Amino acid sequence: MTELSNPQPVAPPRNQWLDVWDQFKTHRGALWGGIIFVIIIAGVYLGPLIWRVDPQFLPQGRDFINLRDMRPIWVGLFDSSAKVSWAHPLGTDNLGRDTLARLMMGGRVSIAVGLTAMLLALFLGTLVGVVAGYVRKMDGPLMRLTDLFLALPLLPLILVASLLFREPLSASFGPEGGVFILIVVLIGITSWMPTARIVRGDVLALKEREFVLAAQSIGTSGSKLIMRHVLPNVLSPIMVSATLGIASAIITESALSFLGFGFPPDFPTWGRLLNDGVDRVVSFPERSILPGIMISLTVLSVNYLGDGLRDALDPRIRGR
Amino acid sequence: MLTFTIRRLILAVPTLLFISLVIFLLLELAPGDPMAQVPLTVPAEVKEQMRLALGLGEPMYIRFWKWIVQFFWIEPQVLIDHYFGTTFAEGKLRVISWQTRSPVMDIVIQRLPQTLWVVGTAYVVGILIALPIGIYSAYRQYSWFDQAGTFVSMIGFSVPPFFSGVLVIVIFSVWLGWFPSIYDTTLVVDSWESFKRQLQQMIMPVMVLALQITAQISRFMRASMLDNLNQDYVRTARAKGLGERVVVMVHVLRNSMIPVVTVIALGVPSIFGGAIITEQVFKVNGIGQLLITAIQANDLPMVQTLTFIFAVLIVLFNLVADVLYGLLDPRIRYD
Repeated sequence: MTELSNPQPVAPPRNQWLDVWDQFKTHRGALWGGIIFVIIIAGVYLGPLIWRVDPQFLPQGRDFINLRDMRPIWVGLFDSSAKVSWAHPLGTDNLGRDTLARLMMGGRVSIAVGLTAMLLALFLGTLVGVVAGYVRKMDGPLMRLTDLFLALPLLPLILVASLLFREPLSASFGPEGGVFILIVVLIGITSWMPTARIVRGDVLALKEREFVLAAQSIGTSGSKLIMRHVLPNVLSPIMVSATLGIASAIITESALSFLGFGFPPDFPTWGRLLNDGVDRVVSFPERSILPGIMISLTVLSVNYLGDGLRDALDPRIRGR
Repeated sequence: MLTFTIRRLILAVPTLLFISLVIFLLLELAPGDPMAQVPLTVPAEVKEQMRLALGLGEPMYIRFWKWIVQFFWIEPQVLIDHYFGTTFAEGKLRVISWQTRSPVMDIVIQRLPQTLWVVGTAYVVGILIALPIGIYSAYRQYSWFDQAGTFVSMIGFSVPPFFSGVLVIVIFSVWLGWFPSIYDTTLVVDSWESFKRQLQQMIMPVMVLALQITAQISRFMRASMLDNLNQDYVRTARAKGLGERVVVMVHVLRNSMIPVVTVIALGVPSIFGGAIITEQVFKVNGIGQLLITAIQANDLPMVQTLTFIFAVLIVLFNLVADVLYGLLDPRIRYD
């Protein structure tokens, strides 16, 4: 009888995240989504270092007449009478402010709102989900609360609340800071419910697993158990809902700004710029279309990113 | 099933009461003054009397109770009077809008047909487009049609209605001049000519809303078809020699429709909410636009009633979805 061979691993164990990255790479849409999202973020945050034009600069006197209502550079290709200049490649608005610089500034605000609102929603959702899944007594009340939030008409309530709390917050944090906090908090507390439900379901399933029992039997305290053993295992659904959360937060913020319930007029976000352009969309279609394309492109790339992450983080799909 | 429905209906009452309380308390915090539009020449004591006439002098709980009574007791009576010519509600105080000083429900009833026409048509059109797309892309998974369908629905998810609306206005009414950019609600359809005009002005808002609905429902349809296509009963059906058409369109489709039908039911209220933006873009004076103007004008009874109507829709269609699920899928037993 031959000796049973004792197989030794030939390669060192692979990091889990390398597997995830390998799977992620095969999803071409997700890869491109990620690349475009990074380019957009770099463009709006690092762009002002290269394109040093003040987005709030208002030309005075004769300059005002000369510099206002400029068209983007490509309009000159088919309309020789159009007012174009390489100094303002995307044109200027009706007050002579540079569109490219304003798009960058608007993008910074829109993406910052999206990221912070997503973080807040994620924090609330994970907290509610973990507590509801882990503490049996809290499960009933917290899930009823989630159902109740899901039954609220969210967009009308956000509209109402954004008008109600604008004044007091603006008074204490300044007009821009107050509105920023207001919108982030409003979006955050109205979009945590899907995350909470997913996390609760996963925690309920994990709680019955052996490794949790093992951790409990060596005397791990409740909070340690959650932080060390439960949370890392629910990380993948949280990451997927994080990417989708950025997308919906950016859309909600733009919708608020579009309806006139968002940031003040001299403080551009993409939604605000789009709304400002609507009145003169016949003569200057680019003023609405450029911010609109930026919103759609960002959201599209984030959605593809989330799609790829969902596949890459799912061990049942990975490796196929 | 009946007991389940009744139990859910009874449970919906405290939910709705609580939601109405939440909305009421939120509006109670409103710093806006309904007397802000009154000229400064009006003396302060007259203003105070006007305020009392609006019912603002009462404590909070009395006003909440009054609103509840007006909405749940008096308004249904008005409706009965309207249909049967009775006089139950005569002389009783209804929910009055501060903006127009007319009953809120009358205005809502005036505005509702516009919203229902646009949103309803868009929903039906969206579903009719989405179902075949979902079925075919699941049947030919990873084909070019499936890839294109995925891309189109990604666009439908990502392009917000206020951008796609502006975009179709620029393309179809500014450059091509095919459709009017503003929805004319005074148009009376009584001839072939006016019917054509109505159709023309409806195309763009319906297109914008239908794109979003199609994106969502075709994804659900595809996923649900994919779940069922690999099941054993499909192999059995093929093995006993049934045609491919019968297998897919009868066996698989019927089972795949179960979750899709509930998603369709669940989507109805959110479409009403999303239509707020589309109505604003195309200047349709439906209930979404009514809500926006009411919020801007500090018309609290109107905002309260409209938001509550949205909440009722959500709770109602959640219930409908649950009941439909139980009716369609015999494996699901609620009792």
